[in-house]
Amino acid sequence: MIRKLALAGLMAAGLGFSAQAQTFTPAVIFDMGGKFDKSFNEAAYNGAERFKKEFGGTYAEFEVTNEAQRTQAMQRLARGAGATPPASIVICIGFAFGSTLEQVAKEFPRTKFVIVDSVVDAPNVSSVVFREHEGSFLVGMAAAMASKTAKVGFVGGMDIPLIRKFHKGYEEGAQHVNKSVQVFMNMTGTTPAAWNDPTKGGELARSQFERGADVIYAAAGATGLGVLQAAKDSGKLSIGVDSNQNHLHPGSVLTSMVKRVDVAVYNAMKSAKDGSWKAGVQSLGLKEDGVGYALDANNEKLITADMKAKLDAAKADIIAGKIKVTDVTAK
Amino acid sequence: MAGAGKAPVWVDLALVPLVNLAAALVVSGLVVAAVGQSPLEALEVLVTGAFGYGEAIGYTLYYTTNFIFTGLAVAVAFHAGLFNIGGEGQAYIGGLGVGLACLAFGGILPFPLMLLVAIAFGAAFGAGWAYVPGWLQAKRGSHVVITTIMFNFIAAALMTYIMVYVLIVPGQQSPESRQFDATTFLPTAKQAFAWIGVDIAASPLNLSFVVALIAAACVWVFVWHTYVGYELRVVGKSEKAAVYSGISPARHIVLAMAISGALAGLVGLNEIMGVQHRLLLNFTGGVGYVGIAVALMGRNHPFGICLAALLFGALYQGGSELAFSMPQLSKEMVVVIQGLVILFCGALEHLFRPQLERLFARPLPART
Repeated sequence: MIRKLALAGLMAAGLGFSAQAQTFTPAVIFDMGGKFDKSFNEAAYNGAERFKKEFGGTYAEFEVTNEAQRTQAMQRLARGAGATPPASIVICIGFAFGSTLEQVAKEFPRTKFVIVDSVVDAPNVSSVVFREHEGSFLVGMAAAMASKTAKVGFVGGMDIPLIRKFHKGYEEGAQHVNKSVQVFMNMTGTTPAAWNDPTKGGELARSQFERGADVIYAAAGATGLGVLQAAKDSGKLSIGVDSNQNHLHPGSVLTSMVKRVDVAVYNAMKSAKDGSWKAGVQSLGLKEDGVGYALDANNEKLITADMKAKLDAAKADIIAGKIKVTDVTAK
Repeated sequence: MAGAGKAPVWVDLALVPLVNLAAALVVSGLVVAAVGQSPLEALEVLVTGAFGYGEAIGYTLYYTTNFIFTGLAVAVAFHAGLFNIGGEGQAYIGGLGVGLACLAFGGILPFPLMLLVAIAFGAAFGAGWAYVPGWLQAKRGSHVVITTIMFNFIAAALMTYIMVYVLIVPGQQSPESRQFDATTFLPTAKQAFAWIGVDIAASPLNLSFVVALIAAACVWVFVWHTYVGYELRVVGKSEKAAVYSGISPARHIVLAMAISGALAGLVGLNEIMGVQHRLLLNFTGGVGYVGIAVALMGRNHPFGICLAALLFGALYQGGSELAFSMPQLSKEMVVVIQGLVILFCGALEHLFRPQLERLFARPLPART
């Protein structure tokens, strides 16, 4: 009897062990902005946390701090080492991982990879891109409607086609409301450091306020925090990006152009877990609720019912194809 | 109390650095404990992460390669009495030289020739970038510390311009050049060992590690066994004595800076030709500054620099491993630990030295 029990115990332990070895472990690699940038990377973090809360278990993560670590992190998470099992799916947050992933994806043909904001053509990579110009169009409309001076501003992070896409959509949205609206535009810099320079973001915002703008859209990662702060300090309005940033300065943040990186991360993990994961390019726009504008208790006084009606009408028109927003990155 | 005798040489070369390192680890341990983690576990992860398995050793030596180059660069300038803070910019521009060589001649030149051309380009670009501050110091008296720091910023701005407006692959988001021709890739350690039939783990470790060791040997010969090296040291010890014995300080200052820059420029060989195989921004990631700590800790001697570079390579790789295995220690914590080691081994060099020297000093023969 005792032996039987012991045997059963051993078997259970063995089962437990094998079950553990096959535990689903997703992995996320954050870019240099860091996972608590209150914007792009943090959205990814929130998606991963949501998955963890709903399905239990844990996920591996890494924040890169130098270029060599991009390859190292991907390989190490894909292979697993020590106590950490090989990751079932490795999610790379940001276009900067693109060229590294092209190589690593070949080395680990059986690992699933996801890249956000860039397209990598490989049979085991799913590329998630967003139609940011559509969401930017809506917040551009909101900016033009809220502006009393008919001058609105845009502060971008790193000067790359992706951010130009935000700007173009924003400009078109603002002009959709008011043909004669003036849109100021500044980019923070040309290197990845431009994502993390709130001081400069604040300076650019103040100079645009001085030129007469009274709403500024920040598409600049952590740099945008400085823009939002400057708007708050000058008693003007700002528009957040990527995550819902309305809560950062309630009453001063008009709205946020939310880019649901969290949904992308969550869906990637969920689909990998239930087996429905597919490689290829996924484009998320207004139709898929991949982008949009944020409305919550913090900004309900700023977005009037009239504005909301117009925004929702425009959203429906974009989805139906009646309004065409220019995508500057499209070839 | 014994008189001020001389402590045995091993106290200076081995014991003092080890005590400093131990003190740094103890304080780091306190910091780790203060955020509620086990210091012993962290230390174990750090050590096994740096030396515990093939891949880890590969990564450690890959980082070490960079630090040997920049450590040697700082040391050569130091022997001429110059404090070269510009290793970062010189490495950056050196990498540009290596990258341009690979882009221009990749697939045209056979590999051995390609390697020599790349070394020449990297060294020349790095030397050129250090030559200007050297010349300004020698001829105009502009302090080299100030000018080299400023040149780091100019290097960063120049690289940004070149990558963003000239070398970027059109239509790409990231400012990166096209990939080099595959014939230019430096053989990795894995490939090299495969030739002799030994299978080792894949890592970025590549041929440039050997180049770094050769450079260390060359620096040793140059500084201590050539006339020019001797003159360089005379200038470093005393400019007046140098002038008195017919040595031109200006010439040697410029020369020392150029050699220093050339050594730093070879970082590009490791990073650009060995690992990334394309030009990109920020590939140096602070190795120029770490080189200062490496040279200080290595007492400006090539052998000591190789050991100190190994320590810092281990800290970098073990630090990455900490971030993987103990996510509770954020990336900032890893920087704190690395910073403490630099603080104790570099800045607080003399914290324990007098006591230790007194402890081990041989008393002078008593006079009766």
